Amino acid sequence: MLRSITRSLTVRQRYLPRLCYRSYASAKVAFDVKLETPTDIETATREQAQARSNSEDVIASGTTALNHAYRENSGFGTRPIYLDMQATTPTDPRVLDTMLKFYTGLYGNPHSNTHSYGWETNKEVENARKHIASVINADVKEIIFTSGATESNNMVLKGVPRFYKKTKKHIITTRTEHKCVLEAARAMKNEGFEVTFLNVDEQGLVDLKDLEAAIRPDTCLVSVMAVNNEIGVMQPIKEIGAICRKHKVYFHTDAAQAYGKIPIDVNEMNIDLLSISSHKIYGPKGIGAVYVRRRPRVRLDPIISGGGQERGLRSGTLAPSLVAGFGEAARLVKEEYETDIEHIQRLSERLTKGLLSIEHTSLNGSSDHRYPGCINVSFAYVEGESLLMALRDIALSSGSACTSASLEPSYVLHALGKDDALAHSSIRFGIGRFTTEEEVDYVIKAIKERVEFLRELSPLWEMVKEGIDLNSIEWSGH
Amino acid sequence: MPALPSRSQVLSLYRQFIRNANNFSNYNYRNYFLRKAKTSFRQNKTLEDVTELNEAWNKAQRELGVLKRQSVISQMYTFDKLVVEPLQSSHDKRRH
Repeated sequence: MLRSITRSLTVRQRYLPRLCYRSYASAKVAFDVKLETPTDIETATREQAQARSNSEDVIASGTTALNHAYRENSGFGTRPIYLDMQATTPTDPRVLDTMLKFYTGLYGNPHSNTHSYGWETNKEVENARKHIASVINADVKEIIFTSGATESNNMVLKGVPRFYKKTKKHIITTRTEHKCVLEAARAMKNEGFEVTFLNVDEQGLVDLKDLEAAIRPDTCLVSVMAVNNEIGVMQPIKEIGAICRKHKVYFHTDAAQAYGKIPIDVNEMNIDLLSISSHKIYGPKGIGAVYVRRRPRVRLDPIISGGGQERGLRSGTLAPSLVAGFGEAARLVKEEYETDIEHIQRLSERLTKGLLSIEHTSLNGSSDHRYPGCINVSFAYVEGESLLMALRDIALSSGSACTSASLEPSYVLHALGKDDALAHSSIRFGIGRFTTEEEVDYVIKAIKERVEFLRELSPLWEMVKEGIDLNSIEWSGH
Repeated sequence: MPALPSRSQVLSLYRQFIRNANNFSNYNYRNYFLRKAKTSFRQNKTLEDVTELNEAWNKAQRELGVLKRQSVISQMYTFDKLVVEPLQSSHDKRRH
């Protein structure tokens, strides 16, 4: 099986064998070896489908449940639509293009300053740092590369209180933070710090008065995330920054879901520390950064000790390929900001309208203070996991990827005051730069059909349709 | 400094963008770069300033290089088609 690169080349190849073919970007591509590396699961899917349709059990049961999980043998592909942009985003081809040269020739250690191999990678690293800093209007020296937002959050949540532990013993955060912030804060409790977890209202927003009241003279750090990863709610970062500055408390924001997606200016918003993740902005996985303010200076104890790279805050050799990819991704989110946000806004409105037109559905979190690319919808009387099972052709999640393995309902929706049933039946939709209108329309149609199908199976739904208030029922045996 | 690109040069560049974007085997990337080519050429249609024009021209040349390389890579590592993609598409008869 030989698949050539372009049609024109195939033609040429037929008539002019054994010649050097000029291909893209003056590259010469060898045609005598198989170039394509298919990652094909289609055959497996087909076999499964065949087995199912042949299986006597399936025929005997007469169930159509499985038919509802796929669109099978319909002349279309089998790979699911990716709609989980809060978990991670596809790597932009332009990012990959910047990264490749670091695996083919630019392999120098960016910290080697005795030879040109080190200088050339160091130049690229500093260039990337400049792009990353400019998205949030920071200085290049204020960006510290880490392995990702989880490391950044841990570094801040543990590093700042440890540095100021002699005088300050109190940390403030919220209940809807990402697991890594909550767990890091909990770990600090064991070191003798007090942690206040602020409640949020049913919109998912922090009450500024609560926050101000919670600040004590020995508070050293306030950590509030900019955009929530499960419900997409934007916190009033600027107002929180002003309060923290007034009380001379360091303000950290976890901007993994916000960086490059909503306007952030660290100076205008008085942000002292900010966590960034590369793979949420179409960059490579395995790299992130933390912004640490220099004036007024924020000091923190490093978690990783070593050769003193990155201002001594995060030792260890940088991965120039990842850093450069991250830098290119940052440059692109800044350059494409308007077109991206306009595209995402348009698709988001379309999807929200389509999903909320199904009866007994509700949008979780504030509808005004939100990042449009994250939509969390509850489908009442449908169990979320079974809906996800029925949606094998769409890659979705019921919440954060970290907790999707366990069946416990989302703690974020709990914090919003949603009951277990509603928290169980909610699904998060993530829209990004590469999502198309066609995909959104497919998703709306698929969800409509399958929610209807699952509700038809549910005895509860029958009762609801008969007008029985489920809360009024006295279930026997309890 | 090269002379300003002529109308036919710009059109030819635009056609090259479209052709190369169409060569992506990944559905999402293909559609994104087609959309981007259309919007960015439309945006730059009204450019008058000589330095701005030259800048846009050079940038487009660089981006075309990226598109050419990346569409080849996209064809080297292929995946199944998405559920919204017809298996036999009109512009993709090379597939079987």
